[in-house]
Amino acid sequence: MATGEVTSAEYIEHHLSNLTYGRMPDGTWQFAHNPAEAAEMGFWAIHVDSFAWSLGLGLVFLLTFGIVARRATSGVPGMFQCAIEMIVEMIEEIARDIFTYKNDYIAPMAVTVFVWVFLMNLMDLVPVDWIPHLATLLGIHYMRIVPTTDVNVTMGMALFVFAMILFFSVWKKGVGGFLAELSFHPFPKFLAPLNFVLEAVTLLTKPLSLGLRLFGNLYAGELIFVLICLLFSGGIVLTLSGVVLQWAWAAFHVLIITLQAFIFSILTVVYMSQAYDTGEDH
Amino acid sequence: MNINITILWSSIAFFIFTWSCWYFIWPPLVNAIRTRQQTIADGIENAETAARDLAQAEQQADEITKNARQEAQTILDQARSQASSMVEAAKSEAREEGERLKAAGVAEIEQEANRIREALRSDVAALAVQGAEKILESDIDGDKHRDMLDKLAAEL
Repeated sequence: MATGEVTSAEYIEHHLSNLTYGRMPDGTWQFAHNPAEAAEMGFWAIHVDSFAWSLGLGLVFLLTFGIVARRATSGVPGMFQCAIEMIVEMIEEIARDIFTYKNDYIAPMAVTVFVWVFLMNLMDLVPVDWIPHLATLLGIHYMRIVPTTDVNVTMGMALFVFAMILFFSVWKKGVGGFLAELSFHPFPKFLAPLNFVLEAVTLLTKPLSLGLRLFGNLYAGELIFVLICLLFSGGIVLTLSGVVLQWAWAAFHVLIITLQAFIFSILTVVYMSQAYDTGEDH
Repeated sequence: MNINITILWSSIAFFIFTWSCWYFIWPPLVNAIRTRQQTIADGIENAETAARDLAQAEQQADEITKNARQEAQTILDQARSQASSMVEAAKSEAREEGERLKAAGVAEIEQEANRIREALRSDVAALAVQGAEKILESDIDGDKHRDMLDKLAAEL
């Protein structure tokens, strides 16, 4: 929460800065003390908070589902197994409808992506000051707990999806077939260069839109939570309106985080399906 | 908002998580789901078969009951007609027997009557001879008057 000595701009900037660990221009490895230092660290720095939270939430997913899978019974399932199976079956069914080719990796990937992104998005519903404030008390100055509001995380996932698109395209169609697909549509073959440029842009748009959509939605959502929190430092009226707004936005956000996780996971399956599609029409 | 090496680490994490899910979590979980689906499908199929069998068995039971009832009716009818014919036969037999007995009785009576008549006749003949002897005070020659005595006995 904004205290007297911190201005609103500083408060917002603080909430949107990652805990960055990297090499300073003078050669020392350290945590950045302010955004300017973080910028100076350049490409080889790492956002410790985003990465740690995303890893942790991924492990939560793996452990939860792993325990259920280990104890899974084909008899009468318990409540928890039922819940997990519902998620698995929902995503798997949709993935099977979209992706009709033979690849056992796609459905588990879709489920992983859905649950993992959902968990990361869910951190957005934790009041924005709780964990950062706790971290400050422990001597950590920056702490962003929603990994999907970090463009590095979302684009990192999107880039892996892009790598899979390229891999499966080349695997299924061959390098020549893939290039032909990029070059011979939508215009006739003599316009191949133009086709290639168009199709290359289309191809590059896939990971970009995938990563930035998730990032944009969650970043905007978090920013609004931060702005609502600024109201709490005003008078009683502003505080009360802030409480109402916080509740309303959180309720709305429940839909957003689920929807964004779902979109990310289903679009991944769609892209894989397109990569597998060797038909003339696409 | 800096693009940095986090992006690469995220990609690697993405791969490790999806791979782990595919390798460790997916097979047992989906296997359990598939097995259960199969069990349920089998159960439903068994129930349908059982219902079909039951309907068939009920139909068979109905048929058997109907047949049995018909057979019983037939047997009953047969028994009834047999009984009545037996009664008829017994009746006619009894009637014949009765008539036969009656006829025998009549014949016996007649025989007895004839025998008594014969006895009476001979007694009368003897009495007539005795009476005539008394009346005539003389011996009637039995041989001379035999014809007359026989005539007298025949007239009685």
